[in-house]
Amino acid sequence: MDRKIRVLIAKPGLDGHDRGAKLIARALRDAGMEVIYTGLRQTPQMITAAALQEDVDMVGLSILSGAHMTLVPRVLESLKEAGLGDVAVFVGGIIPEEDWPALQKMGVRAVYGPGTTTQQVIDDVRRLVSGQAEA
Amino acid sequence: MRDTVDVQAVLAGDRRALARALTEVENDSPAGREALDALFPHSGKAHLVGVTGSPGTGKSSLVNQMTRLLRNPEEGEAKKVAIVAVDPSSPFTGGAILGDRIRMRDIADDPGVFIRSMASRGHLGGIARMTSALVRVLDAAGFDLILIETVGAGQSEVDIARLAHTTIVVEAPGMGDDIQAIKAGILEIADILVVNKADHSLADNTLRALSASLEFARPGQISAIDRFHHKELAFAPVKLDQTTNESKNEHWTPPVLKTISTEGVGIEKVVEAIEKHATFLRTHNQWHIRDAARLQEELNELLMAAFAAKWRKQVDQRKIEAVLGEMLARKLSPQSAALKLLSA
Repeated sequence: MDRKIRVLIAKPGLDGHDRGAKLIARALRDAGMEVIYTGLRQTPQMITAAALQEDVDMVGLSILSGAHMTLVPRVLESLKEAGLGDVAVFVGGIIPEEDWPALQKMGVRAVYGPGTTTQQVIDDVRRLVSGQAEA
Repeated sequence: MRDTVDVQAVLAGDRRALARALTEVENDSPAGREALDALFPHSGKAHLVGVTGSPGTGKSSLVNQMTRLLRNPEEGEAKKVAIVAVDPSSPFTGGAILGDRIRMRDIADDPGVFIRSMASRGHLGGIARMTSALVRVLDAAGFDLILIETVGAGQSEVDIARLAHTTIVVEAPGMGDDIQAIKAGILEIADILVVNKADHSLADNTLRALSASLEFARPGQISAIDRFHHKELAFAPVKLDQTTNESKNEHWTPPVLKTISTEGVGIEKVVEAIEKHATFLRTHNQWHIRDAARLQEELNELLMAAFAAKWRKQVDQRKIEAVLGEMLARKLSPQSAALKLLSA
């Protein structure tokens, strides 16, 4: 039986810079995962609908607008409302390090800034997904 | 909870349960097989519509626009629409980028729409091996119309015609001359032809070439069973009564329609054609012929896989190695090697 890791890569908010999101999507693809990529300017509702319908193991949010402290809680809340509180969320982009603890307290499992290697993201996704399977 | 399927919840319209069921079925897990068995009697109601065509012709945008219209019809009731969108898996890593949702923003959070992306997972032919099984789950879950978008397909990815009641082939202007239009393959399977990007200067040329090629065709004379590419089944198919259709000599002629799907132009004609085709299939005894042909085709494939699995278990590995050796040394042709192995 073949169980593929399925990851949703989404860009909430209004910034139009999707290079980072595409880079991560491509890296996860090359690591053998199935990556659902939804494009720019996703609302929390759209992200939740995609996560639910696609039954993903993880959601990765890419935010470069600086609005992460507003957007991330909304996405997490929306996921929870839909019964998807158990789906691990990671955030990447331009996130000042002083915001990392607050994001993690909200329930974000990993935060990635510039300079993160794609291998690190791949390893974390694998680890977090296998942790979910055991839980 | 992973690895379990709540069939009653799926039938009751629970979207989370449906998503989980689709995962288990796609992975062909024991829970997935069990769910398929339980859901099968509830399937067979939805209109299955395939959308195929070369990469970049605008399949996803067209699906987005058609779904919008089906959800907000000018008259009549809105249909519940499910979409299965297939994208290719990497032949090297098995990974995939599933990006069809990008073009489906307008319908992304409509509660009457369910979109599922699917990787081809090594299957050729334009859809995945488990696409028909996923479609069956969505059918049982009560969707009225299921749109199946294939991977960007070229000339011979024609599996979709076996799965769908209605096949839409999407073409874009400027892709080849009129000989392309009379080649065998993907154009033959079209019940509806769409020339998308109709604001392109070459759109009318494409339209003419396609319309002309249809004049050579003998639409409708190809019966459902024959549509399946003269494939030999492992068993004799059930004889279906096709006389009503043939005696009337009424054939479906595929319409050739122009759209600009990014702007929503021409979409109502396509939706109208989908409905007309469904009516045609029903009134000409074709609906159930296609259903029966599809099920028998599917049984055939499963049977072949089962035969192979059974044979693998009982065949002597040393015999295989010996025959392989002879073949690789070019002493034995692959044809004779196959026969020799079977007689082992």
